[in-house]
Amino acid sequence: MSLLIKGASVVDPAQNLEEVRDLLLDGGKIAALEPPGTIPGEGRRVIEAQGLVVTPGLIDMHVHLREPGEEYKETIETGARAAVAGGFTAVACMPNTKPVNDTASVTRFILDQAAAAGLARVYPVGAISMGSGGQNLSEYADQKAAGVVALSDDGHPVMNPLLMRRALEYARTFGLPLISHCEDLNLRADGVMHEGRVSLELGLRGIPAAVEEIMVFRDLALAQLTGGRVHIAHVTAFGSVALIRQAKAAGLTVTAETAPHYFHLTEEAVRGYDTNAKVNPPLRTAQDVAAINEGLRDGTLDAIASDHAPHTSLEKDVEFQEAAFGLIGLETSLGLSLKLVHDGVLTFKELVAKMSTNPARILGVPGGNLALGAPADLTLIDLNREWTVDVAKFASKSRNCPFHGWTLKGKAVMTIVGGEIVSGEL
Amino acid sequence: MEFRRKDLLGIADLAPEEIRHILDTAQSLKEISSRPIKKVPTLRGKTVVTMFYEPSTRTRMSFEIAAKRLSADTLNLTVSASSAVKGETLADTAHNLEAMQPDLLVIRHYASGAPHYLAGRLRCGVINAGDGLHEHPTQALLDLLTVREAKGRLDGLKVAIIGDIAHSRVARSDIQAFIKMGSKVTVAGPATMLPPFLESLGAEVTYSLEEAVAGADVIMMLRLQLERMNQMFLSTLREYSREFGLAPRHLALAKKDVVIMHPGPLNRGVEISPEVADGPYSLILEQVTNGVAVRMALLYLLIGGEKG
Repeated sequence: MSLLIKGASVVDPAQNLEEVRDLLLDGGKIAALEPPGTIPGEGRRVIEAQGLVVTPGLIDMHVHLREPGEEYKETIETGARAAVAGGFTAVACMPNTKPVNDTASVTRFILDQAAAAGLARVYPVGAISMGSGGQNLSEYADQKAAGVVALSDDGHPVMNPLLMRRALEYARTFGLPLISHCEDLNLRADGVMHEGRVSLELGLRGIPAAVEEIMVFRDLALAQLTGGRVHIAHVTAFGSVALIRQAKAAGLTVTAETAPHYFHLTEEAVRGYDTNAKVNPPLRTAQDVAAINEGLRDGTLDAIASDHAPHTSLEKDVEFQEAAFGLIGLETSLGLSLKLVHDGVLTFKELVAKMSTNPARILGVPGGNLALGAPADLTLIDLNREWTVDVAKFASKSRNCPFHGWTLKGKAVMTIVGGEIVSGEL
Repeated sequence: MEFRRKDLLGIADLAPEEIRHILDTAQSLKEISSRPIKKVPTLRGKTVVTMFYEPSTRTRMSFEIAAKRLSADTLNLTVSASSAVKGETLADTAHNLEAMQPDLLVIRHYASGAPHYLAGRLRCGVINAGDGLHEHPTQALLDLLTVREAKGRLDGLKVAIIGDIAHSRVARSDIQAFIKMGSKVTVAGPATMLPPFLESLGAEVTYSLEEAVAGADVIMMLRLQLERMNQMFLSTLREYSREFGLAPRHLALAKKDVVIMHPGPLNRGVEISPEVADGPYSLILEQVTNGVAVRMALLYLLIGGEKG
């Protein structure tokens, strides 16, 4: 049955649209976008959405769904459930599963599981190297044919610059972007948090910002050299933002993302040895947070992605240095990111671009706009709803979230994928 | 004053008056160790468990002797004999121990924050006997007691701490302890071993041993861990001992009544020359004696008296 969404403020950066319209969804596509009251409701399911905003479905371009291999932390189904609960109609999942997603068969498995779940769209990201071992290129053409939308070394950074050069060139051959996890493992050594005042006081080994900046510079130089398309994942450092800004000004087609925890939290969150604040790259300083905000504002940072990284108490309820890196974000990402709008850093339309339009463009996937004929993927948001983060209510299997107890303003109230309501009710 | 803590986790949490109270208590208990019968019944019926996840002779013995002089029963768990090698988590080990109703757990652990982790989960008290690179509060307290005995005060002294500050929990605790009690602290070492932001703790930082010891009332030498050589922190032992080892010629730069301290164990000929370690200015063995007194005081304050 076709679906008529009435009276919502429609915000679509791709069409530079921000006004009240009625939206008709039919056959899984956007069928009409008309002034209020002009589309008849007879024979259609009508959603009265006055006072809400409707956006192109949000896309989280950087998540870890843990399946195959660590299904006790998350499965594709529970991850997709968390995604739609958080307002996301699509996610791109990183290849550091067990086994690594470096072959078409693993990609197909992920897509099959996602289809069986029938919730969010799941776009697999393949591994840059075989087994993410950093030695040999994996089969990019084969992986692309199976459905990967990008390649990444997330979680297992490529240390050899020659391999990175070849990866950029080889990926370019098949039109795939390369999502780079910028971390120099030699310089990081056994660091567990940002190197600074708090690491000194807590006696924890530090990860200086240079660990990230060195690799950002390397990958920008290699992108320049090869003409390959690089996307810098989870940017945290002041220096990285400056490097990316400079590269963009020089005309390089680089893109970059950051995550909500990098514009909300600093190294201070680690005090008390809170392992939920142990994340890689690490939470940095107030100066870095300011730079991330500025990078989002001026367009240096194109996208906001959660880096949703589920872990259970087995990995987190241990000594800090033994704990796994990572935190979950699918169900808090929108609420935390809306704070940028409430604080005047971004307009709401700019935020939608960073959480939908730009991720779709960077990955080359459908969606990210509400043009006629586009997939009927959309998110209905109540910008004024105040709610308190409660990890016990998460759809995710995991609970490793440092924002538990925070009060946020703004929440996805309905998520629609392919014209079907997959989360929420009105 | 009343001492109301359940745990003793670090110098960072302590107020100067609490530190003074611990030192005063230690001073009054010290005399017990020089009696012919070195035992009082204060902690009779109390159980103190020491859990050491890192090798230690001095600290573990010091706690054990302190507990025994106060008539507490002690039980020592060391890592090689423990469940840790079987893969049991720290929390499980501690909960199992707690199920046997000890009154106090003394823990040394290679992970910074491990005692804090346990303190938040256990009903019994926890004393930090050294956690990773973080703190070694009982060492700092015994250092304060030793200096206060020698100098009659802590306020206004110049304290030099020399060596591998980056990897030293003793340094982190001592810097904060001496500053809280009104001393001025200067640290020195090669830049590889001086972490950034040391100034934020209130310390002055220099790369020169001579500069640090000039006019010093107290010189505290830190043990150099020999494996640092293979981790790119240092070139050679020879160069380290020439640049940062304390030798008799340095003492002339310090105050006439300077005292020399070291938390042990010594690397003779590396960070400290034998002449200095064994010389008239050395308080190294007095530190060990005071270690027992400070630990008796903490046991008494945490599980003795009216709280029992």
